[in-house]
Amino acid sequence: MRSVSEALTASRRAPLLSMLGVVTIAFSLFAFGLFGLVAINIRKALDQVEERVEVRAFVSDSTEIEAVVAAMKDVGEFPEVARVDYVSKEQALERARKEMGEFADVFEAGVLPASIEVYLRSGMRDPTTVKSVADRIRTYHFIDDVRYGEEWVEKLYRLRNIATVAGIALGVAFAAVAIIIIGATIRMTVLARAKEISIMRLVGATDMFIRLPFLIDGLVKGVLGGLLALVFVWVANRVVNEYFIETIFFNREMIFLGIVGGAFMGVLGSLVSVGRHLRRV
Amino acid sequence: MIRLTDVAKEYPRSGVALAQITFEVRKGEFVFLTGPSGSGKTTILKLLYMDDKPNQGEVWVNGVSSLNASGREISRLRRRLGIVFQDFRLLEDRTAEANVRFALEVTGAPKATIRAKVSRALTQVGLASKATSYPRELSGGEQQRVAIARALINDPFVLIADEPTGNLDERATRGVFQLLRDINASGTAVIMATHDLDLVRRSNYRTIELNHGRLVFDSAESPLSARPPDEPFQESEAANDTQESV
Ligand SMILES: Nc1ncnc2c1ncn2[C@@H]1O[C@H](COP(=O)(O)OP(=O)(O)O)[C@@H](O)[C@H]1O
Ligand SMILES: [Mg+2]
Repeated sequence: MRSVSEALTASRRAPLLSMLGVVTIAFSLFAFGLFGLVAINIRKALDQVEERVEVRAFVSDSTEIEAVVAAMKDVGEFPEVARVDYVSKEQALERARKEMGEFADVFEAGVLPASIEVYLRSGMRDPTTVKSVADRIRTYHFIDDVRYGEEWVEKLYRLRNIATVAGIALGVAFAAVAIIIIGATIRMTVLARAKEISIMRLVGATDMFIRLPFLIDGLVKGVLGGLLALVFVWVANRVVNEYFIETIFFNREMIFLGIVGGAFMGVLGSLVSVGRHLRRV
Repeated sequence: MIRLTDVAKEYPRSGVALAQITFEVRKGEFVFLTGPSGSGKTTILKLLYMDDKPNQGEVWVNGVSSLNASGREISRLRRRLGIVFQDFRLLEDRTAEANVRFALEVTGAPKATIRAKVSRALTQVGLASKATSYPRELSGGEQQRVAIARALINDPFVLIADEPTGNLDERATRGVFQLLRDINASGTAVIMATHDLDLVRRSNYRTIELNHGRLVFDSAESPLSARPPDEPFQESEAANDTQESV
């Protein structure tokens, strides 16, 4: 209890710097948090398209049904493939009519080719794997064309990669700044309390006892920074929800993890500087 | 209880501060550490409370050796030492009482015992009536008594005093010195660094004299021989002072 009040006294000596420390921790976690949100929402989007066809191969009109069945059996044995379906010309027409509604009359039997639809196993749906499966299917001579959602799959993955890199880079940069600022706060506090600390040493206070208030100070700042970041991320998420697309938010475990991350940063900032500065007292 | 064996201390820039220092202090003894300024008195005391380690030899205090003491052992040792300085080292923003209490609070002493211990220590140094005064409201002698009360709070087996009367006038010096004698009379060893030769001469305590970091005289080693003449002592102090100002 004494240590907590002492730690807060320490922060009171340098209120501006302390606030800056909290805010930079918050920025760091905010960057990580935004990246995390993008990542979990892309993950959710990918989960939702799980049941969508990944690869569609169009079959030439004159192809014997036996050849198609044999090919489907082959493709079904690819390790990446979960299921293979045949869509006849009639079924294709039927589907198109249903999807297009009022423009259904445009379609005539025979316009749409028959196709085989290939569903991939989960974990095998990244752009590279999809492309390699598509390329293998293309080698059948009776396959006219192979389509897969190359564009949007790639875009989604690229977005996730950008979010990852940007989030980690920004988060780490802010974390470094936060640690430096916390170190500077501690430096000021140690200097202001140099006499007190030297007397503590003389009368036999342990190193841990002397350090503890500084570590608690870092811990409190880290947790505050974590909470502040949570507010930032939550607001950002609300805004996106309101004006752009529906997104999901972190679950309780992830929020807890973020705040623990803040606490870790705060304590680390204290640890790296407290030893160095105490040695000079 | 305290033993220095062939101790040498060297500072990176100023060179040799101590060389070939060997002596022992027994339980309950009173020892003067004398010598001109810069002769190494403070350095020896620092080694005793393990604020620093010797470059050579061993400092052994109550079972703790400079050769292998851990930080925790040193902290524990200091709780059994009383340390007093020329400049008192009191916290200006705390009362006399709070300054004394500080030593107990930061070493995790049980709360229940603190009050009684603090008032006993202040009474022992004759300052019970000034418990709520701040250092700036106290005379130099009184401030030093507060510092001594703080040093006594954990019942030390030895009181280490570095020029405790260095900042005091004649009267306060006598008072503080008498207090140290009383403390010694009740069984606590006292090691006192001073260059006040009057104090040393007026009492009959053991005297260890340093010059340029060497032990040049120990009255316990040569109890029958007289003290070395005073003149060289004065001269070397003057010589040393000019050296320091260079
Ligand atoms: N922290 C230090 N760094 C470098 N030199 C020091 C330090 N402390 C003391 N010295 C040197 O060690 C010598 C002995 O100093 P000190 O023990 O303070 O003497 P005294 O207390 O007898 O006046 C002096 O030459 C002094 O300059
Ligand atoms: Mg000295």
